[in-house]
Amino acid sequence: MDWLNAATQGILLGGLYALFAVGLSLVFGTMRLTNLAHGDLTILPAYVALMVVNALRFNPFYSIPITMVIMFVFGYLLQRGLLNAIVKTGDVNGVIVTFGISIVLQNALLLGFTANSQGLDAGTVENLSIKINDRLAVGWLPLIIFLMSLVVITVLQIFMGRTKMGRAFRAVSDDQEAARLMGINNKHIWAVAMGVALLIVTIGGVMMAIRTTFDPLLGSQRLIYAFEAVVIGGMGSAWGTLLGGIILGLAQTLGAQAFGSAWSILVGHVVFVVILALRPQGFLAKTVTS
Amino acid sequence: MSLLEITDASVYYEDFQALYDINLTVEEGEIFACIGANGAGKSTMLKTVSGVLTPRRGTILFDGQPIDHMQPHKRVEMGISMVPEGRRVFPSLTVQENLIIGAYRGRPGPWTTDAVYELFPLLEPLKKRQASGLSGGEQQALAIGRSLMSNPRLILMDEVSLGLAPVVIKRIYDAFPTLLESGCTIFVVEQDVQHVLTVASHVACFLEGRIALQGKPSELTNEQITAAYFGV
Repeated sequence: MDWLNAATQGILLGGLYALFAVGLSLVFGTMRLTNLAHGDLTILPAYVALMVVNALRFNPFYSIPITMVIMFVFGYLLQRGLLNAIVKTGDVNGVIVTFGISIVLQNALLLGFTANSQGLDAGTVENLSIKINDRLAVGWLPLIIFLMSLVVITVLQIFMGRTKMGRAFRAVSDDQEAARLMGINNKHIWAVAMGVALLIVTIGGVMMAIRTTFDPLLGSQRLIYAFEAVVIGGMGSAWGTLLGGIILGLAQTLGAQAFGSAWSILVGHVVFVVILALRPQGFLAKTVTS
Repeated sequence: MSLLEITDASVYYEDFQALYDINLTVEEGEIFACIGANGAGKSTMLKTVSGVLTPRRGTILFDGQPIDHMQPHKRVEMGISMVPEGRRVFPSLTVQENLIIGAYRGRPGPWTTDAVYELFPLLEPLKKRQASGLSGGEQQALAIGRSLMSNPRLILMDEVSLGLAPVVIKRIYDAFPTLLESGCTIFVVEQDVQHVLTVASHVACFLEGRIALQGKPSELTNEQITAAYFGV
C-alpha cells in the first residue's frame, strides 16, 4: 500500500511539473526561444503573490487571479521590450540573454526578500486530505493542483485549436515570415505567448508556494524538471507534457519509496536520461515540418 | 492615380545592392508581369512591395500613400497580399485553417473560404487535411486562396508556376480572370516568359537590378524581349 501511496503522490506531482512545463514548451514552440529564466519565472509569481497578500490581507488563493494578470503584463512587456529583439538572431543569443535574466531575477529577489524561506498561509486547506484508507490519503492541495493542470491544458488546447489568436500562434510557429505576409504581427503574437506562458506558470508557482515554502534560488531546479517533462512528453504536445510530468513525478516518488528519499531526484533524472536515449522525440511529439 | 507607384527605388541586402533606381507604375485592374533571369531582382522587387524588404532610397506609393517603411502586416490591412515564392503554406495547419489565417486582417470583400473552394475545386475535399500532405500544385492553389482571403486590392505572386506540371500551371492562370473580376490587381513575377506574356497587360523585364525594357506585350517584339532578358 505504501507503493500505491507513492504512485498516487507521484501522479499528482506530475500535474505540478506539467504546469511549470507547458509555458516553457509554448514559448519554445511559438518562437524557438529556449528560456533559461523560466525556472526563476516560476518563483517570481510566488513573491508577487506574497506582496499582493501582504498588501491586501486576504487568502492567497484570491491572489492567484491578480498575480496572473500581473505576470501576463510582465511577460508581454519583457518579450516586447527585450526578447523580441533577439528571437530572430539565433538560438545562442536567446540562451545567453535568458540566462542573464535568470541571474538578474535571482539576485533581485535576494535583495528584495533575502534568502530566507517564505510561505503563503492559506489556512487549514493546506493540511486537509481525503482519507481513502489507513495508509492512503490524498491531500486536497496536491489534488487541486493536479486538477488545475488538467483544466489549464484543456483550455490551452481549445485556445490553440479553435480561436483566431491560437491559429495565429500556430501559423507563426510554422513559418514566421509567411505569417507576417498574412497580416499577423509576430511581435505581438510572441509577446502574448510569453504572457500566456507566465500566466500559466503563475498558477503552478503560487499553488506550490501555498503548499510548501519557497526561496529565490529554487528556480534552476524547477527549470530542469520543466525541461525533463517537455522532453519526455515530446515537443508541441500539451498532453504529452502532462504525461512527461507524471512520468517524472512517478520516478521521483517511486524512487524515494524504493531507495530512500535521498534518491528521489536522482532517480527522476536517471529515468529522464534513459527515455532521452531510447526515445529522443518523446512519447507524444506532434511537430510537423513541410 | 495609379494603384502602385515606385519611384527611384534602390534596395540592398546589407552591402549588396540588388535594385538600382527602379521606376514602375501598376494601374488598377491590370496584370503586371516582371520577367527576367535568376538574380535579376524580380523577387526583390516583390519583397519590397510586400514589406519584407525596405528600400534604402526612393519611394513606394500605394493608392497615393507612402508605404515604403510600413510593416508587412499593415500593408495587408491596406490591401496588399503576397503569394510567397515556394508557396509557404503553414504545414501543421489544415487547408481550411490556412485559408482562415489569410483573413486574419479581415478586409471586407467577396472572398470567403467557399469562394476559394469554388475557384479551386481541388481544395474542397482536402479541407480537413494538414497542408504538409498536399502536392505542390495543391499547395500553390492553397497559397493563392490564402492570399485572396484578405480581399487584396493588389495581389503579389512570386514564381507561382515554379516546379509545377503544365496542367496545374494552366489551372492557376485560368483563375486570373476571376481574380480581376473580384477587383484584384495582379503583380506577378515569372520565369515562364511565354505563358505570362499571353495574360499580362504590362511587362517589365529585369536585368541585373535594373528594368531593361517595359511596355505592353503586344507592342514588344520577341527579339526585344530576348535581348532585354539576356542583356545581349
